[in-house]
Amino acid sequence: MNLNTLTAHELLEKLKNKKTTSQEIISSLYTRIKEVDSKVKAYVRLNQGQPPLCASENALTGTVPVTIKDNISTEGLNTECCSKILEGFKPPYDATVIRKLKSSGVTIFDLKANMDEFAFGSSTENSFFGPTHNPWDLECVPGGSSGGSAACVASDEAIWALGSDTGGSIRQPASFCGVVGLKPTYGRVSRYGLIAFASSLDQIGPLTKDVEDSALLMNIISGFDPMDSTSADFPVPDYTRSLGLDLKGIKVGIPKEYFVEGMDPEVKEIIEEAISKLKSLGAECKDVSLPHTEYAVPVYYIIATAEASSNLARFDGVQYGFRTKEKIQNLIDMYKLTRGAGFGEEAKRRIILGTFALSHGYYDAYYLRALKVRTLIKQDFDRVFMDFDCIVTPTSPTPAFKIGERTADPLKMYLSDIYTISVNLAGLPGISIPCGFTKKGLPAGLQILAKPFAEETLFRAAHAYEQDTEWHKMKPKL
Amino acid sequence: MPIDKDTVKYTAHLARIDLGDKELEKLSTQLHGILDFIDKLSKLDVKDVPPTSHILPINTVLRPDEPRVSLPVEKVLANAPSREANFFVVPKVIE
Repeated sequence: MNLNTLTAHELLEKLKNKKTTSQEIISSLYTRIKEVDSKVKAYVRLNQGQPPLCASENALTGTVPVTIKDNISTEGLNTECCSKILEGFKPPYDATVIRKLKSSGVTIFDLKANMDEFAFGSSTENSFFGPTHNPWDLECVPGGSSGGSAACVASDEAIWALGSDTGGSIRQPASFCGVVGLKPTYGRVSRYGLIAFASSLDQIGPLTKDVEDSALLMNIISGFDPMDSTSADFPVPDYTRSLGLDLKGIKVGIPKEYFVEGMDPEVKEIIEEAISKLKSLGAECKDVSLPHTEYAVPVYYIIATAEASSNLARFDGVQYGFRTKEKIQNLIDMYKLTRGAGFGEEAKRRIILGTFALSHGYYDAYYLRALKVRTLIKQDFDRVFMDFDCIVTPTSPTPAFKIGERTADPLKMYLSDIYTISVNLAGLPGISIPCGFTKKGLPAGLQILAKPFAEETLFRAAHAYEQDTEWHKMKPKL
Repeated sequence: MPIDKDTVKYTAHLARIDLGDKELEKLSTQLHGILDFIDKLSKLDVKDVPPTSHILPINTVLRPDEPRVSLPVEKVLANAPSREANFFVVPKVIE
């Protein structure tokens, strides 16, 4: 058995019993990367020299390496958000999640995972380094924006990984690659050191081979951080205690607005089977309504781009990254030429859209209106959660699509996130777990949502389903 | 008409992004389409709905005002595209 194919909890057990060493685990990952990453391209800067692994000295839980998305700051280790504008950037400090991982003895893997530039995208095609390929079908996208993190876990080029989720960027690639992806409640995990995209929506979360690993990683990265003013000062439970419980009496809402036109018939069938499985495990499933669902995508593309236009103002060629090589007369030209050449197409599109939504004369019609509709979307969830423990939906309306299929039409790409976006707008926790395959062998994901800070409910439901199915054990042939 | 080419050009200037002519043309068409889609929000009556800018019931978070160690200057300047002594270098701003 190759070590790289195991889960973190299996490896921790082996480390505890002195059946393996962290060096052996890391070597097995490098061997696998050499074997398959020329096809998958989950990692970036593969051929550049990197500093040695940042293994922690006071290992408490043994050292199982974790792969990090390229937008989470790792001290001294390139963090470029897969953008030309951050070329060569080595953060002067660690993100809080990295600090927490190191102090729990988890090794930070020295190669970082590919992503859409600044997390702008649903396919990882917007990376400055080129697209990642889906391990289940190399002609398809892995989803995005955490496509590298999802693909490296699916292809056994990583044991587990961290991604970030602003509108579905953990859950949608998890669904496309057949792995487990969790977006925690807004405020549950510190974003200090996460290079900001949309500050009222962003969360860091785990991408793992099973639900137990997701709970283990959440135990490490969750909790209050005085360095993040949106971090919630609520106690963190031991999430592994939610594993192994049954589903008797759990009330599950199925939103009818999520089962409408545009949904792939095979995905629909797979999800309906998964819901039957939940029922057979004791869950009480009932139809519910989230009437403002159709407004989530337009609200998101105002709020997320408005916040991004402000957050990305800092990339101006002064303090870090790329600066234009062209001859410049003044400071404004330096900014404009640096940003014009440093940002990719989607980044420019979003910054300009967001700037427009915030500009004089349009603010009320676009930004303020979007914030108000956001209230309506949140109230839809509040109402359902008065009577239900969780909500179950497909993670994505379709399985992974072909590389290049949606790049010409940004709006078509934006609609890939139709089932995941509302969750960020409402700040809820959501998990995507593997729940079946299409006839062509592409994975589909089941999304489970719960009340704010009720990650335990997600782990309970997801684990009960997983224990009764084999989907998470399937491996792509590479 | 939610947005025209001149507005895109002006907005790009506000965002300090240089756009080529072809890029401006393409972007104008795309943004027009996206804003047309976003306009479905105007169907809703939101007169009495309060805005949600952020979902947590946490406001104006303050840390105790205690001095702490800052990042060393050398570390902060290490990523600068252009520097001199302890400064970032930019083109001349004042004539």
